[in-house]
Amino acid sequence: MKPQSMGQAVLIGLALIYLASLYFMSSPVWMGFTINALIVAVVALAWNITGGFGGMASFGHAAMYGTGAYASAILQVQYGINAWIAFAAGIVAGAAMGAFIGALAFRYGLKGSYFALVTLAFAEVLRICASSFAITGGGSGLQLRLEPGLSTLQFNERAVVYTILLVIVALVMALTAWLKYSRFGAYLIAVRENEDAARALGIDTYRIKVKAMAISGAFAGLAGVLYLQVWLFIDSAVVYGSAVSIEALIGPIIGGAGTVWGPLIGTLGLHLLGEGAKHLLHNAPGLNFVLYAVVLICALRFLPQGLMGLAARIGTFRKKDDDNA
Amino acid sequence: MSSLILPAVLSGLTMGAIYALVALGLTLIYGVLHIINFAHGSLLMLALYAAYFLFVHMGLDPYLAIPILLPAFFCLGYVLQRWVIAPMSGGSEQNVLLVTLALALIIDNLALYFWTSNTRSVDIPYAYNTVEFLGAYLPLGRVIAFFAALAAAPLLWLFMTRTRTGSAIRAVAIEKRGAEIVGIDVNHTYAICFGIGTACVALAACLLLPTFYVTPQVGYTFVLVAFTTVVLGGMGSLPGALIAGLLLGVIESLCGLFLGESLGQIGIFVAFILILLFKPSGLLGRRAA
Repeated sequence: MKPQSMGQAVLIGLALIYLASLYFMSSPVWMGFTINALIVAVVALAWNITGGFGGMASFGHAAMYGTGAYASAILQVQYGINAWIAFAAGIVAGAAMGAFIGALAFRYGLKGSYFALVTLAFAEVLRICASSFAITGGGSGLQLRLEPGLSTLQFNERAVVYTILLVIVALVMALTAWLKYSRFGAYLIAVRENEDAARALGIDTYRIKVKAMAISGAFAGLAGVLYLQVWLFIDSAVVYGSAVSIEALIGPIIGGAGTVWGPLIGTLGLHLLGEGAKHLLHNAPGLNFVLYAVVLICALRFLPQGLMGLAARIGTFRKKDDDNA
Repeated sequence: MSSLILPAVLSGLTMGAIYALVALGLTLIYGVLHIINFAHGSLLMLALYAAYFLFVHMGLDPYLAIPILLPAFFCLGYVLQRWVIAPMSGGSEQNVLLVTLALALIIDNLALYFWTSNTRSVDIPYAYNTVEFLGAYLPLGRVIAFFAALAAAPLLWLFMTRTRTGSAIRAVAIEKRGAEIVGIDVNHTYAICFGIGTACVALAACLLLPTFYVTPQVGYTFVLVAFTTVVLGGMGSLPGALIAGLLLGVIESLCGLFLGESLGQIGIFVAFILILLFKPSGLLGRRAA
């Protein structure tokens, strides 16, 4: 997690200063907007596990995000189960969905574009299902009853929600860093770099990839549950929609895929840019996505390692023995 | 119930012909450039709007707009591939997918901004005149689309096998380096191929508009169906795309009949997942990717 260069230190420092400064702002608008960005950052961190470290770019992280959100919402709304248990169940459901998609896709050796398309198809099937059945509330979605309290995991104070999200993002990032430097992380990166060579060295690549999808799914499910607890309402277009899958991949690619800080920095940067554009263009719908897309194209062309990769080249601390943080 | 099946199959076939036409463009691009064009559906949406505005502002019948939109979209496709997609992606497969995804986002959201999310359709009375066939009543517009799409596929095939440009495209598809050595301009050929793929979409849009509607989101639905068609037919196979398109139209129609209208598309996506899992080489594909 430690920065490897002056540039990265500055980038991380800026992000931290921004996140801390929100406590001292009088207008609640920025904090509300950053709460959204942090939820997206969690699903971006989830994408980063498979897409960044594993080199398996998914176009359908909404499948796990939505499954987490729906699992938790169904338990709470339809069965009246405690929010804490539903919270955990949402994470487990996300992990299970991730493992299921991964097991099926990797069983038949799908990779590259095929993997991207099959994840997209899964998200779409789940979206149509969620809008058609009674248990998921059909087209009108599911709404949690408003009853703030610790037992229902609903908080009125925006600063409390924000703090909880900060802690969760920090935890997910710490887990990511731990995974990256664990044996599992080394296996996963080996699979990304050269799957055949990894297998030749005795790594069970299938198991590693499915495990990565399960972990990624757990994080994505967590993000979905967070969305539910913050907004108390979900429907199929919101949690299974393609916007979730797209935001999940754009942030890490721009911030730096396969880095610990990249997904958070990319997501925050994009959301700030999108928000700024919204103010300039008087809330034009969809224009933030146009901007994201333009930034994405430019990043692919000019910043192949994302912002973190660019920053790594500015004022490197030591000799290049490790790529980036 | 059984009396409903035949009409459902026939109506599915007419929709399937459109799917096939959209997929022909996509599979051509995949077969030659080995890229999956995510913006394909967005280009279809753009063509639908173009045909719509030509009708509304100039009173031009969508069928008569074909000679205008076909070359226009060929040029658009050429420019996109030559000066946007190729230089911006740097040749990596994953980057191409992401660049075309970004293009789709840009086109879709600009359409949403300029034209709002209102559903629009043109009013061409004769398009809904029904044609009776084997006890099924089909709108004339759908029947025209069916036969036009069926005619377009062999024309495209003739172009690919009988013309110099078609030979160049096939040469580049098989052996890029070799084609370069014998003097074929590879970047130009790629762009031409992309242009033809985009022109297919313009044709599909003109045939579709009289009996369909247009919204900024319409491309997303079609692109997923087109991916399914291309994969089912075997990536890069023109006859495969034609058969798969017709098949998927029927699958969708029958799922709609048995599971209810809103679940009709489920059949397509379930078919997609099953094909990707069990036979990613498709019906007429040569070998697994």
